Amino acid sequence: MLIDPERLERLTNIAESSLLPLVKGALLYTIPLSVVTFVIGLAIALLTALARLSSMKLLQWAARAYVSAIRGTPLLVQLFIIFYGLPTIGITIDPLPAAIIGFSLNVGAYASEIIRAAILSIPKGQWEAAYSLGMDDVQTLRRIILPQAARVSVPPLSNTFISLVKDTSLASLILVAEMFRKAQEIAATNYEFLLLYTEAALIYWVICFFLSIVQGSMEKRLSRYVVR
Amino acid sequence: MLVVEGLRKTFENHEVLKGVHLTVRKGEVVVIIGPSGSGKTTLLRCLNVLEIPDEGTLTIDDEQLQFTTKPSKKEMIRFRRLTGMVFQAYNLFPHMTALENVMEGPITVKRLKKHEAKEKAEQLLMKVGLKDQMHMYPFQLSGGQQQRVGIARALAMEPKVLLFDEPTSALDPELVGEVLKVMKDLANEGMTMVVVTHEMRFAREVADEVIFFDEGMMIERGHPEQLFTNPTHERTRQFLQRIQ
Repeated sequence: MLIDPERLERLTNIAESSLLPLVKGALLYTIPLSVVTFVIGLAIALLTALARLSSMKLLQWAARAYVSAIRGTPLLVQLFIIFYGLPTIGITIDPLPAAIIGFSLNVGAYASEIIRAAILSIPKGQWEAAYSLGMDDVQTLRRIILPQAARVSVPPLSNTFISLVKDTSLASLILVAEMFRKAQEIAATNYEFLLLYTEAALIYWVICFFLSIVQGSMEKRLSRYVVR
Repeated sequence: MLVVEGLRKTFENHEVLKGVHLTVRKGEVVVIIGPSGSGKTTLLRCLNVLEIPDEGTLTIDDEQLQFTTKPSKKEMIRFRRLTGMVFQAYNLFPHMTALENVMEGPITVKRLKKHEAKEKAEQLLMKVGLKDQMHMYPFQLSGGQQQRVGIARALAMEPKVLLFDEPTSALDPELVGEVLKVMKDLANEGMTMVVVTHEMRFAREVADEVIFFDEGMMIERGHPEQLFTNPTHERTRQFLQRIQ
């Protein structure tokens, strides 16, 4: 099937004119939203992992309940509860903050399991060596355990981050003007759905490809002290 | 001076330490020998408070730790700093170089300035013969070298008593000598040491006193010459026969 020249020209024009708004959506929303929520999510994840590993039953239980609730419900439903649900009881949150809250809580739950497993993977002898030098729990974690756990968690955390970048497209459904929403808006005016959605897909792919490279170099840097 | 009184420890219905009494004078080297599972490692770990005894008292100079009621974490950390531990499996921090391993305690725990800690760590590493390996990571070092870093790391905290838990058991035979030499030097310098080991020659040559430990109790103690050639207990005799 040949595409007639006129149609080809139209498609090229739309692709060209839509590229800037899409990239803008990515640079102004998709990427910052991903980075900010990942950082907040990691902080939540670390606290949650430590709560799970603590000897206090109440903390353990709270962390378990949180992880269970987040993992057991769809992300889209969580976003809808925060953005469309909470206003019913008088809590109104703007689209962007709502998205940040939703994604952070989501990342926090998933990443906490990664961090917990990474901490548990560090041999007991490392804790004992630190204790024998007179370190307390906090010093041992900060200086000895977490730096080693970081190395173990880079690959699974990169997975989480890459998933997050793609999941931010769900923010389009709570009115955040991120890249995919831009694609939808443009496609609604010219009906070139295949073209616009493919274009958005390609931009996601480029971002994630770049992230894989960052992951690779981080793994290399953190592995300088292990035998290969 | 280290004084151990009535130390008891039970792991799930198994009594590992059955009321241990022990005195180690300043500058003394005490070697503990005994069959595996006799509780000698547990005793050493109790001295470093890595295990919490159920009962008993530890005294080092004028500091005391009682275990009748469980001491607080703070008390345990404070007491732990009086002793240094050298582990069978070295337990070096793999993400730090030899130098950083030795600097870690002084910087994080003693809050020494970085250049002071570094200077001290360099001296200690030179002392254990690792001048050229200071900037290597543990995985780049042989077992004997790793264990010498372990000794330097423990020394950096200036403990009053240095504890060795089978420090040469994980080493290839040809690497044992270099570690024992460092320990011998320390003994000659007047370091107070408690050593759990299977190296009978080291015990003979360096120890001021040898203790035979079995089934959670001290069976016999004495000067190495006396204990090795003329043990008074039947169990000591049997053990010495088996290992020779």
